[in-house]
Amino acid sequence: MELIARSAAELARLMAIGEVSAREVVDAHLARIAEVDGDPTGPGPRDIHAFLHVTADAARAHAADIDARRARGEALGDLAGVPLALKDVFVTRGVPTTCGSRILEGWRPPYDATVVERLRAADVVVVGKTNMDEFAMGSSTENSGYGPSRNPWDLDRVPGGSSGGSSAAVAALQAPLALGTDTGGSIRQPAAVTGTVGLKPTYGVVSRYGLIAFASSLDQAGPMARTVEDAALLHQVIAGHDPRDSTSIPEPAPDVVAPLRDSIRGMRVGVVRELGGEGYEPGVAASFRDALATLESLGTDVVECSLPHAPLALPAYYLIAPSEASSNLARYDGVRYGLRVDAPTTEEMNAATRAHGFGAEVKRRIMIGTYALSAGYFDAYYLQAGKVRTLVLRDFQAAFDEVDVLVSPTSPNVAFPIAEKVDDPLAMYLNDIATVPANLAGIPAISVPSGLDDAGLPVGLQIMAPALREDVALRVAWAFEQASGFDPMPRGANAVAVPGEVAA
Amino acid sequence: MALSAEEVRYVASLARLALSDDEVRRLAPQLSKILEYAEQVGHVAADDVVATSHPYPLHNVLREDRVEQSLPREDLLAAAPAVEDDRFVVPRIVAEEG
Repeated sequence: MELIARSAAELARLMAIGEVSAREVVDAHLARIAEVDGDPTGPGPRDIHAFLHVTADAARAHAADIDARRARGEALGDLAGVPLALKDVFVTRGVPTTCGSRILEGWRPPYDATVVERLRAADVVVVGKTNMDEFAMGSSTENSGYGPSRNPWDLDRVPGGSSGGSSAAVAALQAPLALGTDTGGSIRQPAAVTGTVGLKPTYGVVSRYGLIAFASSLDQAGPMARTVEDAALLHQVIAGHDPRDSTSIPEPAPDVVAPLRDSIRGMRVGVVRELGGEGYEPGVAASFRDALATLESLGTDVVECSLPHAPLALPAYYLIAPSEASSNLARYDGVRYGLRVDAPTTEEMNAATRAHGFGAEVKRRIMIGTYALSAGYFDAYYLQAGKVRTLVLRDFQAAFDEVDVLVSPTSPNVAFPIAEKVDDPLAMYLNDIATVPANLAGIPAISVPSGLDDAGLPVGLQIMAPALREDVALRVAWAFEQASGFDPMPRGANAVAVPGEVAA
Repeated sequence: MALSAEEVRYVASLARLALSDDEVRRLAPQLSKILEYAEQVGHVAADDVVATSHPYPLHNVLREDRVEQSLPREDLLAAAPAVEDDRFVVPRIVAEEG
């Protein structure tokens, strides 16, 4: 089998027994990137365009160093030598970091994010920075300042967003692992529509230090992969307390890898009544019904559950997130880094720089947030949204008194055609309807492929667990993955070409 | 909630965004529609429900007060659009005396 089709766990094992070198593994993935991704600065119409910047030389040097240290008999991390695609929201010292925005074009940060340090300490090899919706605002990666990424299952469709570059890179076999961030569903929704696995951990479990802020009370970094085991292995590397992030949970992160294969027999699975009805495509609904039957066949007790305030989570989110964003994005003022558009006064320079550097969706959200926080409207919007957040939290607490996990489809629809929703922001926002409640409550949630719809496009199953119970979400996801037998290799007439041995 | 063009311009000035007339025309109905959707949150919670600003109970996070090395000044200034004498340069804020 081709190296690029192997999981991270398999690659790590092959390298550990000396079957292949880290250099060979990294070269195979860099070759795949060169083959299917296109030129980051001018991708063609059939190019995946998952990457904004490929760090080929650094990746080769890192791999060679790992091989040398392995040859000397040094102890290496569980994922040593495994390639990883890093969402461009994470700052990387000396490597261009744009957050998908023209306002940060060419910026080379002077420090590394904590997760980047942890990846390096674990000998994971970063192969490049991935495309994303500008400042992580969007569900399709069409809001990138550098052009959209394409879905490996259908090159005319979106790979989801905002971590669409990361999901596309993993699905297109350019890297077995990626990191994304999830503010309202931006790891899970792209995972769902590209047939991959994405975990949003509990808020505060993975450090936000060096993660370019969108909405600080919601942003959470997490792993993306083609298998649940790989996602668990990567989670283990990045999770844990960071004194540099004041919102980081000051407790050791529990082991999520060892208990992965524990039986889920007897677990209670709650089907969220409010997250699966109207507005869900027939193919999504059908796949979800099959998924419930699979979970029952694994010996779980599937029961109906209610989160009465879940329908209000999305409108609350679209007040809270823009409010926090309008504050966080105030730092792009043309003074200390990034773009500057000259003007006679400082205030005009600020306003002209921001007008030129930000795209349409970022402007929309800054406007919504500024309005919601402005005098006279704060109580009616931001404060009420915060109260709804309390009600959503209470709903989850009550539900988790009854069940071990909650499930729903991850996204109400499969990947949609590029340009279909760009002019209708509200229609775009509805992609997040099932994912947003977990962000408001800060609980872990994973998307695992549940199959394909009639058109052959991937559908995701969302599994939500109580705070700090990533292990439970991952266990259920692993058991489901084994039972469903989903093959994560893109196929179909309009899919990216996958090496022949893989399709057979 | 229908936002007028004047209101959009006012909010844009608060947000330090120089919007074109065309952007104002496009944004007014979009923002109105989004705010109308968001208004569903109004009055669902009783007065005694406390708003949550953060999903994890936050405490004051303090560390020992000690001098640490900051990032190198030259690395930070290297990213700035305009620098002079180890400082960020902005357009003149205070007018020269006449």
